[in-house]
Amino acid sequence: MSYQIPKFRHPDLPVNDLGYTKADYEGAISTLCAGCGHDSISGAIVRACHELSIEPHKIAKLSGIGCSSKAPTYFLGKSHGFNSVHGRMPSVVTGAALANRDLLYLGVSGDGDTASIGMGQFAHVARRNLNMVYIVMNNGCYGLTKGQDSATADRGSASKKGDPNIYSAIDLCGTALQMGATFVARSFSGDKEQLVPLIKAAMSHRGFAFIDVVSPCVTFNNNPQSTKSYEFVREHSEATGTIDFVPMRKEITTEYHPGNSHEVTLHDGSSIFLYKVDESLNPFDRRSALIALEDHRCAGNILTGLIYLNKDSRDLHEVLETSQRPLNQLDEGDLCPGNKMLLNINASLR
Amino acid sequence: MTDLDLGMNDNMSEPLAWDDERKYDRGKVITAEQLENGVEFGRYLDVDGDAICYRTYPGTHPTRGAFFTRGTSRNEYAIYTEKGEEYEANMLRLLRKWDTINEYVPGPITVECGRDTDTAVLYFGTSEESSREALDSLAAEGIYMNAMRVRAFPFNEEVQQFIERHDRVFVIEQNRDAQLRTLLMAEFEFGPDKLKSVLCFDGTPISARNIRRQIKKHLNGDNVLPLHRNTAAVRAGEFL
Repeated sequence: MSYQIPKFRHPDLPVNDLGYTKADYEGAISTLCAGCGHDSISGAIVRACHELSIEPHKIAKLSGIGCSSKAPTYFLGKSHGFNSVHGRMPSVVTGAALANRDLLYLGVSGDGDTASIGMGQFAHVARRNLNMVYIVMNNGCYGLTKGQDSATADRGSASKKGDPNIYSAIDLCGTALQMGATFVARSFSGDKEQLVPLIKAAMSHRGFAFIDVVSPCVTFNNNPQSTKSYEFVREHSEATGTIDFVPMRKEITTEYHPGNSHEVTLHDGSSIFLYKVDESLNPFDRRSALIALEDHRCAGNILTGLIYLNKDSRDLHEVLETSQRPLNQLDEGDLCPGNKMLLNINASLR
Repeated sequence: MTDLDLGMNDNMSEPLAWDDERKYDRGKVITAEQLENGVEFGRYLDVDGDAICYRTYPGTHPTRGAFFTRGTSRNEYAIYTEKGEEYEANMLRLLRKWDTINEYVPGPITVECGRDTDTAVLYFGTSEESSREALDSLAAEGIYMNAMRVRAFPFNEEVQQFIERHDRVFVIEQNRDAQLRTLLMAEFEFGPDKLKSVLCFDGTPISARNIRRQIKKHLNGDNVLPLHRNTAAVRAGEFL
């Protein structure tokens, strides 16, 4: 059954710098289960894009297959979207990003889509440092096919109708770090105050920005035996610190105390202010980030927040030295050297 | 020549050339100006009857022209739908698109033997050289056949006409299941008696000798009355 989202909005909804209200960033009404963590993440994406004043048509949203990958329908209704093949979203984003570097690429995937079917693609898109935001809505199960364990389900964790999982879990943040991601964060769908600034920072980062968002499946994996339930994640979540995101255009009005905060300027001139809780973690050092992930895993906790940021990131376009003008705007005159040049090349090979 | 021969050696081709008259054709694209002027846009909307719909590039216009490509059922404006009639309409459009494509795909290449014959061969791709050599060899024995190289699917009308004007056509292909022959039978409803298979699937490229041997086997077989049919005829008293 199809439903229409109500069009009525409060006439005094706040507008951003472009004159858009938050409603301009919303999508169709969600058909996910009531209480699904994915809908909270969609809400965080809407808020982040609205507050960053990004033109909706300058965003491309892409996904694979699964509950998570259905989600792009439910946000950014004025953006181009592409629901690709299972686990193949990174390839489609790579092609689109190489054709037009001027858009902001937002990839949405799930734990099955990324850690199983699309593991190869995930590893290589991180390694190539494609300029994109990659959000995994991680519920530890295949919700669309009745809740089978996925590859991110912890050993010993059990879903509503399942036995305890007998396999090791894949830590997607650790994998992303090992593969060369230049921005790695983890958050929780139930913690918008942490998630929204992380999404904003990821959108301002130049390079592969990965956010693993633990997002409980209310239908199949929200029981007391699951380590991906609301209750478990709330009790075992340990934040690296809190962050504030200040866009380039905004004047910094809040007073930040130098002793307990760290300002990081991103490529587009925006700043993030990082308040560290865990002094042993240096989020600008990959080795430190990997150790912190492992330490928290051994202690049975979930490390959230900004885990790693490479301030000197060089994205795929920079590495390939591609044209500043998007490739899809170039014509024969720019791209085709003609038959005379081809004959010269042929001659040089003889 | 085996796959290993091809893979382990350098292979030469004729020098490549570029036709400077060629222009890039990016298909049916609606521009920002057209959207601004109110041109109706639907990603799956057939506005001119050829069943090929216009598209937009991402980021073209602030409020018009964006669409969401999805695997689930959608209407002409790329909006999710579960209405049966909208799904059916889109599927019928795809069928019409198939008809449009018929006119654009590369046509077949026909080689007439120059003699009066009711027999022909039909092949595609890398079977061509061996097939042509086999035909030369058969011609030297007085067996003449016309030939056609099929270059695209869906098939052009010429393919159908070519098969229709011959009594028997040998379909040469390099797979176990006679896939081209199956397609021809399904598309044009030719009977199995008209289309005879010449196959090679032993892991090596089909040779002219192999083609010649298989065709001759078929031709010779026509002159022999099978034993069980002969016996049946005797029992029926036809030969008494």
